[in-house]
Amino acid sequence: MGQIPVYRLVTCACVMIAHNKPKERDEAVMQYQLKINGETRTVDAEPGTPLLWVLRDELQLTGTKFGCGVAYCGACTVHVDGYPTRSCQTFVEDAVDSEITTIEGATDKVAQAVQEAWREKDVVQCGWCQSGQIMSAIGLLTENPKPTDDDIKDYMNGNACRCVTYVRINEAIKLASQKLEA
Amino acid sequence: MNINVSRRGFLKASAAGTTALLVGINAKGVLAAGSTATAATDLNPFVKIDADGTVTVIIKHFEMGQGTTTGLTTLVAEELDANWDTVVPEFAPADVERYKNLFFGAQGTGGSTSIANSFMQYREAGAAARDLLVRAAAQSWGVDASTITVENGMLSSGGKSGHFGEFVAIAATLSPVEKPAVKTPDQFKLIGSDKLHRKDNTGKTNGTAMFAMDVNLPGMIYAAIIRSPKFGGTVVSFDDSAAKDVGGFIAAQVLPNKAGVVAFGKNTWAAFQARDALSVEWDFSAAETRSTDAMIADHVALLDAPQFDANHEVPLASVTPILEGAAKTIDAQFTFPFLAHAPLEPENCTIEPVGDGVRVHDGCQFPTLTRPMVAATLGIDPSKVEIRTLYAGGSFGRRANAASDYNVEAAMAFAVSGRKVPVKLVWSREDDIKGGYYRPMSAHRAKIGIDADGKIVGWDHRLATKSIAKGGPFEMMVQNGVDPTSVEGVAESLYTLPNMGIGLSDFTTAVPINWWRSVGHTHTGFVMESLMDMVATETGQDPIDMRLAMLDPSGANQARMIEAIKLVREISGWQKGDKRGFAAHFSFNTCVAVVADVTVEDTTVHVNKLFMAVECGVAINPDVIRAQMEGGAGYALSAIFRNEVTLTDGEVDQYNFPDYELLRNPEMPEIEVAIVSSNNAPTGVGEPGVPPTGPAVANAIFAQTGKRILDLPMTKAGFDFV
Repeated sequence: MGQIPVYRLVTCACVMIAHNKPKERDEAVMQYQLKINGETRTVDAEPGTPLLWVLRDELQLTGTKFGCGVAYCGACTVHVDGYPTRSCQTFVEDAVDSEITTIEGATDKVAQAVQEAWREKDVVQCGWCQSGQIMSAIGLLTENPKPTDDDIKDYMNGNACRCVTYVRINEAIKLASQKLEA
Repeated sequence: MNINVSRRGFLKASAAGTTALLVGINAKGVLAAGSTATAATDLNPFVKIDADGTVTVIIKHFEMGQGTTTGLTTLVAEELDANWDTVVPEFAPADVERYKNLFFGAQGTGGSTSIANSFMQYREAGAAARDLLVRAAAQSWGVDASTITVENGMLSSGGKSGHFGEFVAIAATLSPVEKPAVKTPDQFKLIGSDKLHRKDNTGKTNGTAMFAMDVNLPGMIYAAIIRSPKFGGTVVSFDDSAAKDVGGFIAAQVLPNKAGVVAFGKNTWAAFQARDALSVEWDFSAAETRSTDAMIADHVALLDAPQFDANHEVPLASVTPILEGAAKTIDAQFTFPFLAHAPLEPENCTIEPVGDGVRVHDGCQFPTLTRPMVAATLGIDPSKVEIRTLYAGGSFGRRANAASDYNVEAAMAFAVSGRKVPVKLVWSREDDIKGGYYRPMSAHRAKIGIDADGKIVGWDHRLATKSIAKGGPFEMMVQNGVDPTSVEGVAESLYTLPNMGIGLSDFTTAVPINWWRSVGHTHTGFVMESLMDMVATETGQDPIDMRLAMLDPSGANQARMIEAIKLVREISGWQKGDKRGFAAHFSFNTCVAVVADVTVEDTTVHVNKLFMAVECGVAINPDVIRAQMEGGAGYALSAIFRNEVTLTDGEVDQYNFPDYELLRNPEMPEIEVAIVSSNNAPTGVGEPGVPPTGPAVANAIFAQTGKRILDLPMTKAGFDFV
C-alpha cells in the first residue's frame, strides 16, 4: 500500500464535527429522558435514532446487541413496559414514556431463574444472540409460566442463533419454568 | 535460576506489593517460571497464580463460541489440581513466539486445532506449576516433597495445609523441571468430566461479556464503508452532499486503496445513515459482472478439462479405460452456491492510537495475519501494533482471512481520519451478506465404475472451485498446483476406493472467497456421501454395511471411523431397509457418523431427529463436544435447506436475514450425540459435525421420495423446510 493521504488535519473528533457540519444540524439534536433499568437517563440524540444505538453508543449498555437492524434476528431485544421489543426498530422518541429494561437490568425472579437455567444447561456458544434470547425467554415465562414445547418454539421463533443453541435454549426455558414453580 | 519475566501490560495487575507465579515458555521455547515481582523481559505465561490463590490461564486461541476458554483452562487446571471455580481465562496478546498454534507455526485459530495443538503444551505448563508449588511447600514446611498432596487448589502434608497463593513467592524462585510428568488418563478428574460448566457462561448471560463491538473509548468516532456493488470495482468519485444532512455526520473520505468510501459519524447510526447517503461513481472495468447461472455454467465447463491431477498415483486419464470396461457406471453432477458465514456479531474493529503505535480491538482470529497487515497499512513497525483480543460473536471462518480485510479497512479508516482519535469500523448486516469472503461456489462430476459383483472398480472424480490458498500467505499449502482445501474430503478418503482419479480446475473470479466452517468438506462431504448412498442403492447393499466393508480396520483412522459408525448404528437402532438417511465423514482428524430421521409430506420436509456419533480422541469437555456437534449440524441444515448468495450482473441479490434465512428454533431437530470412548490424542470438534449432516438429510429424503438432491440449496429441488 502506498502513502496514506491525510485529507484533513484534525486534532479531535469535535474539530471534525465543527468543520464539516452545518450549524443548523445541531438544532436537530434533541434531549430525551429515558427510564432505563429503573433509572432516569438523559441523552442527546437525533429523532429517529433507534433505541438500540442510544443504549449501546450513548449509554454504554452494550449487553443489548446489534444483529440485523431489521427486527429479524432478535439480538437487540429489550423489554418496553414489560414486553420483549426489538430495540433496532424502536425510535428513541417513542420510548420516552416507557419503562425500558435491558439485560443489565434483568434482575427479577423470572430473570434470575432464566439466567441460572442458561448457566446450568451451558446454553451459550459465541453468546452474541443470548441477551436477546434471555429477554425473550423472560417475556415468555412472565406471560406463560408453564409453556409447552410448542409454546416455547413459537415464542422463540423470532430469536435467531447462528451457533444453533436452540436445543439447549428450549431445555433451559423448561428448567427455568420448573425453578419458578418450586 | 535467573528467569527473565515480562510484565507485559495485558496481564491483569496482581494485588499491590504481592508476587504472582508465572509459568510459560521463554524465548528459547522451553518451560520457564518467574514472578511478577521480577522486572524483566522474556516470558509470556500460560499460567499465572496470584497470592490470593487465583489461577489465570492465558488463552492463546480466541473464543468464538467453540469453547477454548473452557477447554484450555481445563487442561491447565487438571494438571495443576486447581479449584475449577477459581480458575479464570484471559486472552493472550499477539506474540507468535510464545502463543503460536503448534500446528501452524503462526498465532491463529482454525482447522479445529485449538485443543489438539495445545493438549500437551497446556498440560505441561499446569504440571510444571504444580511441581513448583509442591517443592515450595516442601521447603516452607521442611518436609519431603513426596509427602505433599494437591487437591482442589490446596496443598497438604501431615497436619499442614495451605492454598496455592501461600507458596507462589517461594515457587517463583525455583527452576521448573525440564519435562514435567503429566497424568495418565486414569488420573484425570476434570478432563472428561461432565460436571464442568463453561467459563464464559456468566458474562454471556448478564450482558457483561466484552465483544469487540462493545468497545467504547473516549473521543471515539464511528465509521461505515460503502463498497463497490460489484466485487473488484473501484471508486472514481463521490458526492457527500446528501450525507451532510445526516445528523452526527463528520466527514467522508475515499479509502487509500479506492475500494470504497468511508463515512465517519458521532455514533454507529450516524455513520450508517451517512454512508447510505453517499453517492459514488465506480469503475467496474476489473469487476466481476457475471450472474450466478453463468458462473455455475463456467464451473461445469471446467469439469470437461481438469487442470490438475489431485491423486498423483492415479492420473485421471488412467481411469477412463477401466470405466469403459465396467459392468455399469453411476454418473452424477453436483453444484454448490456461494455461502456467507453471517456471524451474528457483524464484522467490526476499533483502532486506537497509543503512543507511536496503535491498539487493535478485535475478536481476533489470526493475530499473525492481522498484526503485520495493520502495520503495513499504517506504515508502522508490527511491534507498534498491539492486539487486544475480545470475545467474537461467531466467526465460522469469517474472521480469519489472508487479506485481514476488515482489520485493514479499519486501519485505512483510522489513517484517513487523521490518526488522532479511536476509530470503530462497524459493518451492517447488509455489508456482511453482500461483502464477500464467501464459501466458494463449486461443481463436481463423478463417474463410478461397478463390476458384475457390485464392487467399485474405478472412479473418475472432477471438481471445479476457486482456490482459497492461492495468491496469498497460504500459497505454501499448494502442492503441484493443487490447493488441498479444494479437494480435501475427496482426496485421501478413508474408504478403499480402487482406481480413483481426481481432476481439479481452479475457477477465477473477483468474488473474494474464504474458508467456511469445515472448508472444502462443506461440499466434498456432501458429494462423497451422496455418491456412496447411490452406490449402495445401485448395488442393493445396506448403506452402513457397505461402508463398513470399505473401511480397512488396519488403518488407524479407518478403525476410529468404524467405531463411530457402529456407535451411531447402535444409538439410532438402524435396521436393514431403514427409511432414514446415513452419512459419515472424516475431517479435521475427527470421525463423525450421522443418521437423519426426516418426514416428507409432498415437498415439505421436517428433520425430526439427528443421531450423531463422534470419535475425537480423548474427550476433554464432553458437553462442549456435544454442543459443537449440535451447532455444527444446525449450521449445516441452514445452508443445505435454503442458504445461497447469488449474483445478478455481478451484484449480490440477498441483503439481510429476510433473504438469507438462518435456521430457526422450531426447525431444529431433536439431536442425540454419542462420543466414542477413546484415549487417543484429542482431535477437532468445531467443524467435523458439519460435513456429514447435509448428506445424511439428503439421503433420508432420497430414501423417502426417490429424489436425489444434486444442486444445493435443496430449495432448488423444490423442497421447503419446516
